Amino acid sequence: MAAIEVTGLTKSYGSTHAVRGIDLTIAMGEIFALLGPNGAGKTTTVEILEGFRAPDSGDVRVLGFDPRGGGHAARQWRNRIGIVLQATSDSGDLTVSESIKHFSGYYSNPRGVDEVINAVGLDEKAGCLIRELSGGQRRRLDVGLGIIGNPELLFLDEPTTGFDPQARRSFWSLIKSFRNDGTTILLTTHYLDEAEALADRVGVINHGQMLEISTPFELGGRSSAQAVISWRDGDVIKTQATYNPTSFIGTLTSQFNGEIPELTVIRPSLEDIYLKMIGEAHE
Amino acid sequence: MNKIPTAVSLGLRRGGLEIRQFVRQRESVVFTLLFPVILLLIFGSIFKDTIAPGVTFSQYFVAGMIASGLVNTGFQALAITIPLERDFGALKRLRGTPMPASSYFIGKAILVSVSTLIQILMLLGFGVIFFGVEMPSDPTKWLTFTWLVLLGSTSSTALGIAFSIVPKSGRGASAVVSPIVIILQFFSGVFLVFTQLPTWMQQLAAIFPLKWLTQGIRSVFLPDSFATQEVARSWENEKTFVILLLWLAIGIYFSVRKFKWERD
Repeated sequence: MAAIEVTGLTKSYGSTHAVRGIDLTIAMGEIFALLGPNGAGKTTTVEILEGFRAPDSGDVRVLGFDPRGGGHAARQWRNRIGIVLQATSDSGDLTVSESIKHFSGYYSNPRGVDEVINAVGLDEKAGCLIRELSGGQRRRLDVGLGIIGNPELLFLDEPTTGFDPQARRSFWSLIKSFRNDGTTILLTTHYLDEAEALADRVGVINHGQMLEISTPFELGGRSSAQAVISWRDGDVIKTQATYNPTSFIGTLTSQFNGEIPELTVIRPSLEDIYLKMIGEAHE
Repeated sequence: MNKIPTAVSLGLRRGGLEIRQFVRQRESVVFTLLFPVILLLIFGSIFKDTIAPGVTFSQYFVAGMIASGLVNTGFQALAITIPLERDFGALKRLRGTPMPASSYFIGKAILVSVSTLIQILMLLGFGVIFFGVEMPSDPTKWLTFTWLVLLGSTSSTALGIAFSIVPKSGRGASAVVSPIVIILQFFSGVFLVFTQLPTWMQQLAAIFPLKWLTQGIRSVFLPDSFATQEVARSWENEKTFVILLLWLAIGIYFSVRKFKWERD
C-alpha cells in the first residue's frame, strides 16, 4: 500500500483555484519533497492531506484513510502521523521536556521523551522554558513534538526556515535517521539543496498543478542536460557547453597533452532546473 | 500495539497542564483572581448603606461579585485566552494530534473549576472578615450554593469556549469580551441594586445568566426576609436552574459545532 495516494485533487477559495487537479503517489518509507513558489498550492495540498482542509473534489488516501473522516477512526489515524506545521509559537510557559512529555501522552506508542529531546539536539535546553529558546531551537522543538508519537508518516512544512547553515546540516542528518527507521516523509521546502540532500523524489507544483515528479537528479532532464566545461587556455578562461563532456575532455586532454589547467565540469543545479521550470510555467 | 488513551484521561492531563501554564503567567493570575477581590474591597468600602432591614449594600455586593467571579474565570478568561492560543498556532497543532476536542474542553473546565474555587474562597473570606457576610447554617442553602457554582461554572466554561469564535484575533479579544462582561455586571445587579435599575434594563438582563446567578447567590448569603425585595418577591431558584441549564446547552452546542482551531 502507498503511504499517500491522491487523484484529481482540486480546491478553490472563492474564484482562486488553489489546486487544479493534482495526482500524487508516495510510497511507504519514501522521502518526498514538494517544491513550488509561494501561492503555488503546496500548503493547500499538504493541509488537505493532513486533514485540516476538505478538498472540492478528488480522491485522497493517507495511510489508507480519508483525512476528512472523523470519530475514533480519525484518532487512530492521527496516532500514526506526525505533523510539523509552519511557524507555531506557543505561549511558552512550559519547559521543553514538560511539553514533549505531555504530547507523548496523546499517543499509543510514543518514542521516549529523552530520546526525542536528544534526537532534536535540545538536551541542554530540556529544563528551559520554551519562551527562552531561540528561533532555531523552537523549530527543533516543533520537530520533536511532531515525531514524539513515533509516526509512520511525517509531514514537514518548511522545517529549516530561519536555521543557520550548521543547524540545517545537523537537521538533515536527523531527517536521514528517520529514513533508516522506515518513516515516510512529505517535506515542503524553499531550499533546493535541502530537497536534493534529503528527497528520494521531488514534485514541482505551480499554479495549482504538478509540473513534474522525478528524482532530484533527473528532474527537468537534468541528468541528460548539457554540462558546462571550463578551463584555462593561456591567459583566458574558456567555456563550452556540451552533451558529451567525457569525449570533450578527451579531446582537451590530448590537446594539452596531459593535465588540463583549472578544469571544471558543471552540471545544472537543481535550482537552475527548478527556476527554469517555474519560469516556463509563468509564460 | 497499545490503545490510544481515552478522552477523559487526556482531559485530566490537559487540566493539569492548563493549571501549570496558568500559574506561570503571573499577570493573568493577578488579573483573573485578584482583580475581583480588589473591586470588592473598593466598592464594599465606599457603599455601606443599609438597603433593607439587616442587609447592607456590601453584603449584596459580595453575592454579586461571587456570581461575577463565575463569569470572569470562565466566560471572560476563556473567550480571551482561546483566541490567543489560536493565533499562536497552538490549537492547530493540537488538532493534528490524536487528542480529541473533548479532552481540550475538559482541560479548560478543570482550569475554570480550580480558579473559580480559589476566587470564591477569597471573596467569601474577605466578605466575612470585612463586610459582615454571614455563612448560612441551613444545609439546604449550601446545597443550593453547590449546584449554583457547579452549573454556573460549567455554563460559564461552555459559553466562554463558544464565544471564543467571535473575536477575530487574540489581540482584540479582550476589547470584545470585557465590555460585554462589564455591561452585564451593571445590568444584572452586581454594582447596583437590581430592583433600582430601569425596567428595560432588568428585562434585558433577565435574558442572560448573570442576573440569575447573582439572584441565586443572594438566596444563599442574604437573609430569607430579603426575598421580598427581589423583582418577583421570591428567590426564583427553580427558574434560575432552568435558565442556567438552557445557557449550558447553548454553550455546549456552539462549542462542539463551531469551535475554530485555526485563524481564518
